[in-house]
Amino acid sequence: MDPMEAIRATFFQECEELLGDLEMGLLSLQDGNGDHETVNAVFRAVHSVKGGAGAFGLEDLVRFAHVFETTLDDVRSGKLAVDPDIVAVLLRAADALTDHVTAAKGGPPVDTVNAALIVSDLQQFTGVEALMEPADDGDDISFVPQMLALDLDETPQAILTPDNDWTIRFKPAAALYRNANDAILLIRELDRLGTTRVVVDQEVVPSLPDKVVTEPVLTWSVQLCADAAIGESQIRDVFEFVQGDCELHVFAGSVGAEEVASFDDPVLASPNAVGAESPEQLLDRLMREANVAAETETAAPTHRPVQPLAQSDVTSVTGNRPEALVQTTIRVDLERVDRLIDLVGELVINQAMLAQRVVEAGLARSSTIALGLDDLEQLTREIQDSVMAIRAQPVKSVFQRMPRLVREVAAATGKKVRLVTEGEGTEVDKTVIERLSDPITHMIRNAIDHGLESPDRRVAAGKAEEGTVRLSAQHRSGRIVIEVADDGRGIDRERVRAIAVDRGIVAADAILSDEEVDNLIFAPGFSTAEAISDISGRGVGMDVVKRSIQALGGRIVITSRPGEGSVFTLSLPLTLAVLDGMVVSVGDHTLVVPINVIVESLQPKAIDVRRLGPEGTVLAVRGSHVPLIDVAPSLGWASGNEGPAGGVTLLVESELGGLAALRVDAIQGQRQVVIKSLEQNYRQVEGVAAATILGDGRVALILDVDGLIASRKRTTARPLLQAQAS
Amino acid sequence: MSKIVLTVDDSRTMRDMLRLALTDASFTVVQAVDGVHGLEVLNDSSPDVIITDINMPNMDGFGFIEGVRRSQRHGAVPILVLTTESDQDKKLRARSAGATGWIVKPFDPIKLIDAVRRVAA
Repeated sequence: MDPMEAIRATFFQECEELLGDLEMGLLSLQDGNGDHETVNAVFRAVHSVKGGAGAFGLEDLVRFAHVFETTLDDVRSGKLAVDPDIVAVLLRAADALTDHVTAAKGGPPVDTVNAALIVSDLQQFTGVEALMEPADDGDDISFVPQMLALDLDETPQAILTPDNDWTIRFKPAAALYRNANDAILLIRELDRLGTTRVVVDQEVVPSLPDKVVTEPVLTWSVQLCADAAIGESQIRDVFEFVQGDCELHVFAGSVGAEEVASFDDPVLASPNAVGAESPEQLLDRLMREANVAAETETAAPTHRPVQPLAQSDVTSVTGNRPEALVQTTIRVDLERVDRLIDLVGELVINQAMLAQRVVEAGLARSSTIALGLDDLEQLTREIQDSVMAIRAQPVKSVFQRMPRLVREVAAATGKKVRLVTEGEGTEVDKTVIERLSDPITHMIRNAIDHGLESPDRRVAAGKAEEGTVRLSAQHRSGRIVIEVADDGRGIDRERVRAIAVDRGIVAADAILSDEEVDNLIFAPGFSTAEAISDISGRGVGMDVVKRSIQALGGRIVITSRPGEGSVFTLSLPLTLAVLDGMVVSVGDHTLVVPINVIVESLQPKAIDVRRLGPEGTVLAVRGSHVPLIDVAPSLGWASGNEGPAGGVTLLVESELGGLAALRVDAIQGQRQVVIKSLEQNYRQVEGVAAATILGDGRVALILDVDGLIASRKRTTARPLLQAQAS
Repeated sequence: MSKIVLTVDDSRTMRDMLRLALTDASFTVVQAVDGVHGLEVLNDSSPDVIITDINMPNMDGFGFIEGVRRSQRHGAVPILVLTTESDQDKKLRARSAGATGWIVKPFDPIKLIDAVRRVAA
């Protein structure tokens, strides 16, 4: 890739982070949690966006960022107090800045009317209209800061003599050397403008042995025979960095001694000042004097703190740490990481095969080969964890897009909403993160649009006017659990039911539990909005959300209390690549059950298995009854001949609702398996989440426990309920 | 031996651009992400020239420049301030902190290299 293109990509990536920081900062200012450093960070974010944008000639972005930055600068300097009004405008400006960045990236164009409104709102605080003049005129002049020649003399530019000769006299002050400028550098620069003859005023050079020099004393005169295009401003530009740190006089033409004598500085008023001693002669004299000085062991102080032998330093606290030079992060192509993950997956399979061969060869567990293999397994697992960790990223990148969404939806629905986020640092695989954004966006829209009541209804219900939407993430037993909770009215079950009946999703006389009614909103073709609103009804129903979560190996559960609000809980695997599984036999087949859903395994007595209704079977486990599912017939295979009580029963916990028991023929063992997508290689199969390759090279299916339980509910519950209803 | 330039900037974009321009001109580049980091790497990198941003977290450019000037070994290294600030106040403040010169963003690589050569002894 062209290096500038790569930097451009970096810029947009950085913009995203900066815009995230900007929003976070503004939100904490809004909440009253911000301090001066927050304001600084907010300023820096906008400032950095502007800086980078300038480098790429993104003029609209620079212009907008500049106005934004100007207002923030006033906040930073304390000229403007942080109050809710200004923070509200700043938040809108942050959104508009995001739009500008998106547009610069090649996204949809900026809503210019809105941007202009925000600009005028920002300027209302700063009162700086002039800054936006070019934009206001619709003029195309961009704001591009230029290097300015400062402090140009009031005297008109001298008429150039045909020879273009100039005389420059300057006397450095101590400050010039303190800032690491140097007369020699300035003379070198002048020399670039033409040919120079340099002389130093000899009279004022002190003799080294008898003088302690604390201030620079030399005055330099440069006769410059400049190139044709050179004028006074170019000459003064040479002294740009040392303005005020030296006395400077620039004259057109060769200046004679008499004119030099008229300098206002008495030290310079020596008729011998110019041309008396060349630098070489002066140096020679000083060297001689220095030798004398050295012999008499008198130290000569220097202007510049040059102490080459000094080993200690201001920063010696950090010691000699060569690693400080090493960058602590590197950027790696995702493809390379994925290739590594694939290879480690193969390694895991290979290691499992090897282990199986060892068992087949009849080697004892204590044999050195078996022990070595145990170590290998340990190592393989660690490698796998480490490789997976490379792909893990905090969910912050998704979460930080939500405040804006909340503001927009709140504005569109006329509701007052506060978004609380928790656990932004929770890490999950990059692929999972990328595919989380849409479902979360939809759930938050849904929570505000359908969940929260309007402010007056909330007040009437005795609630705070402002509704709260809580978005949180946490790790729970090897999965990431994301919750979107609102404190709104909860699901209106009557209405949901009525709609579902109306759309033919359930029979009019079906008896449904509250939970079942709530879950109807995930049914395809269901939408509770009577008039499809602009907010939630974008052609995407909750069924799509559910499907996309399921495609990630995740589950979505809703719990709702009338008048108190609803909670949508997403549970997703941390990675889509490996799984800890229990390998079981069902008939002639080998299946893998994800270990994280297994609570325990039992061998139930026949008396504990009871029939319920025509097809349902339940298992009594320590006094309570859980549905018993025979796995073989559920997947369309012949049931084992041992009957429902035979074989082994796995007690599993489902996200959908409580415990269930799965009957299998035998447990083979526990192992880590590499997930191979069934959908990508074949098609989706009910009750099967994915496939894997076992140690012996056979393909085994990974059981979708929730899918299995759900399908049993559908096949058995309905006839049962209908039987009760009739 | 090529001259070493220490660049101190919190923006990855700006660091990348500086690196590109400077390495193209055969300078060796050492990077730091803020003032504190800059002072940390100062000793080990022994730069010939320093280019620093002003607005940075942890320690801003002014603090960093003052820190460099206090250093026994590297107190005399030329420091160029890289900033979008076109206003005079910032430049004066940078200079009173000890900056040798400045480069105004967005910089033109040629001007940047020119400014570095101008202050590099």
